[in-house]
Amino acid sequence: MAGMGTLLAALLAIADKKLYVYEDPRIDEVEEMLPKANCGACGCAGCRAFAEKAVKGEIAPGKCTVSTPAGIVQIAAFLGVNAGKEEKRVAKLACAGGTHVAKNRANYGGMESCRAAALVGGGGKGCSWGCLGQGDCDRACTFDAIYMDAHGLPVVMEDKCTACGDCVRACPKDLFSIHPVSHRLWVACKNLLHGDLAESECEVACTACGRCAADAPGLIQIVNNLAVVDYSRNSLATRKPTERCPTGAIVWFDEKQGIVKGLEAKKITRKTPLPVEQAKLAVHG
Amino acid sequence: MFGFFSSKQHLSRGVHVPECKELTEHLPIRRLPFAPMLIVPLSQHSGAPAVALVKEGQEVVRGEPIARANGFVSVPMHAPATGRVERIALAPTSRGELQTAIYIKPWPSASQEVLYGADQDIEHMTPDGIIAAVQATGVVGLGGAAFPTHVKMKVPAGCTIDTIVVNGCECEPYLTTDHRVMAEYPQQVVHGARIMMKAMGAPKAIIGVEDNKMDAVEALRKAIGPATDVTVGVVEAKYPQGAEKMLIEVLLGRQVPSGGLPSEIGVAVFNVATLAQLGELLPRSQGLIERVITITGPAVSKPGNYLVALGTPLRWALEQAGCVDEPASVILGGPMMGPSCSSLDIPITKGVSGILVLTKKEVQARPKQVHPCIKCGACVEACPLHLNPSRMGLLARKERYEEMESDFHLNDCFECGCCSYVCPANIPLVQYFRVSKQMNRERKARERAQANG
Repeated sequence: MAGMGTLLAALLAIADKKLYVYEDPRIDEVEEMLPKANCGACGCAGCRAFAEKAVKGEIAPGKCTVSTPAGIVQIAAFLGVNAGKEEKRVAKLACAGGTHVAKNRANYGGMESCRAAALVGGGGKGCSWGCLGQGDCDRACTFDAIYMDAHGLPVVMEDKCTACGDCVRACPKDLFSIHPVSHRLWVACKNLLHGDLAESECEVACTACGRCAADAPGLIQIVNNLAVVDYSRNSLATRKPTERCPTGAIVWFDEKQGIVKGLEAKKITRKTPLPVEQAKLAVHG
Repeated sequence: MFGFFSSKQHLSRGVHVPECKELTEHLPIRRLPFAPMLIVPLSQHSGAPAVALVKEGQEVVRGEPIARANGFVSVPMHAPATGRVERIALAPTSRGELQTAIYIKPWPSASQEVLYGADQDIEHMTPDGIIAAVQATGVVGLGGAAFPTHVKMKVPAGCTIDTIVVNGCECEPYLTTDHRVMAEYPQQVVHGARIMMKAMGAPKAIIGVEDNKMDAVEALRKAIGPATDVTVGVVEAKYPQGAEKMLIEVLLGRQVPSGGLPSEIGVAVFNVATLAQLGELLPRSQGLIERVITITGPAVSKPGNYLVALGTPLRWALEQAGCVDEPASVILGGPMMGPSCSSLDIPITKGVSGILVLTKKEVQARPKQVHPCIKCGACVEACPLHLNPSRMGLLARKERYEEMESDFHLNDCFECGCCSYVCPANIPLVQYFRVSKQMNRERKARERAQANG
């Protein structure tokens, strides 16, 4: 038995020397400095993969959107490379139809999940494209960057958002998308109906009136009854197209003031939810 | 004694639910008047939406084709009334999303006679000819799935069909559509079954009927007469006896393999209402323009079995049947599997077999509080497919959807609702499974997209 033990130990010792794979020790150290959220926002399969690429010089440390600026500087200094400047990106919600402005056709009473609600008669929201307000995105967010406001709409806290994309996948209505913060002009609506039809379901819907497109030719187009911003020409973006929007569907993300609507947008003073219209139907699983 | 046992077969699992059919089961089928506006969505079936053949402002005659099938897994649409195409625009559907539909305004003074169609001799048609003729009628599974019937008729290569099973179980509580169709149109049902036998090369057909519809059994036996190619199999009334896998097992003692189709074991299953329509329409090569639905429930003042034009808005149908109280919940189909709908502006489509209207009292009586699973096993006992809903429910909560599919046969679940019905903790198991299936579909689509670059 002792002989066998010695033999196997010797074999292991030889194998350890012969089959040794050299791995840059810096990978471990860089990984240690990363937030270890494994969120995938950088495009790598986890923090270890990011560390490997960073050491090889294939990715700039700045690509990690979760690390603090100090952390990125530390990694860059450790590797002796340029930190690389990555513009901060955040998740944006293309719906502003909270319970105080958007109508509900029915009361949804099934399990608390947007996915489940969407599978039962579309969930009872008047607008077929709108946010169902059950908070799947809130639950999916690893970084606590989303909370549900008083009107049942998710709010993204830009400072906490790392653009990992979990909310994008969680939303059954595809309302979230990841954008650089410089994309300040934003259409907070996905309704494809025209005019009164759109506005009858939600007071802040895009009615495809075309004023924003007229005020920003080349930048905004009306496609399928919805204003669409061409972000490849984002440098042309100003606040002007938001000014004449009658419903306030197109907004400006201001650095200090937050979301700003145009001056001509109708003022919403209602705080309470709208009552359920027509026959009050209950929708459940 | 043995004869008694063999004449009535049993379903091993499933649940006994209150039938609630006494409201409408003896009421003859009556026709509802045309609504002021009929809304015909281009996608009333599984598969590719039909393509509109008419233009806005055009006049159409009842029975005229107004949309053509787009490919093999698709069916045409026919005008449900003589009138004018008001517009082709988005209309709400039972799934909540808006879809393109043809709005037809019937003419009040029209005779509404179906002038379209010509006699065709089915006896001398080839199987492929019959399949094409069935597609032209626009008939889909009228039991609720709305899967194009002609697609089911195409026997896959390597399979032979020896038995046509005609599904007349109607195990859902409240619904009496199939019951009335069998009692009032037995000739058409039997004729439809014989067309299927010819098209699929099957020597026999069995009509499975639950033992709570003996008048329908009598009517069918009378219609069959001394012939032996079509028989009636009486089965115990139990939910979900009308699921095709369950019915095949009880009638023929064969099991459909997991993930497989009935054609693999030589069987094809069709709903009685589907066959009654085919038996009626096919010899005249007409299109499907109306169907029988049960409008029932505690909130309806004149419950009954109504023949309605396809495209009739729900609101109109409920006005005609009368509502005792303000409807609190409207369910399309039966209470076990039917989805509740969020709008009364949606039209009645080919797949709607009934409208169940509940009052506030029933809606409020639904227990709201969900308790934790105590692993009592009631759902395992109830599941007709011998799955483990309890375990799958726990996995769904943990979002372990992949495991549910690979280890627990999630995709075999046909969402009959037995597990949710018996769960003492009120866990919405079926809703969990629907979400899980959707998440798996989305994940696979993402993976495919990635693999394709």
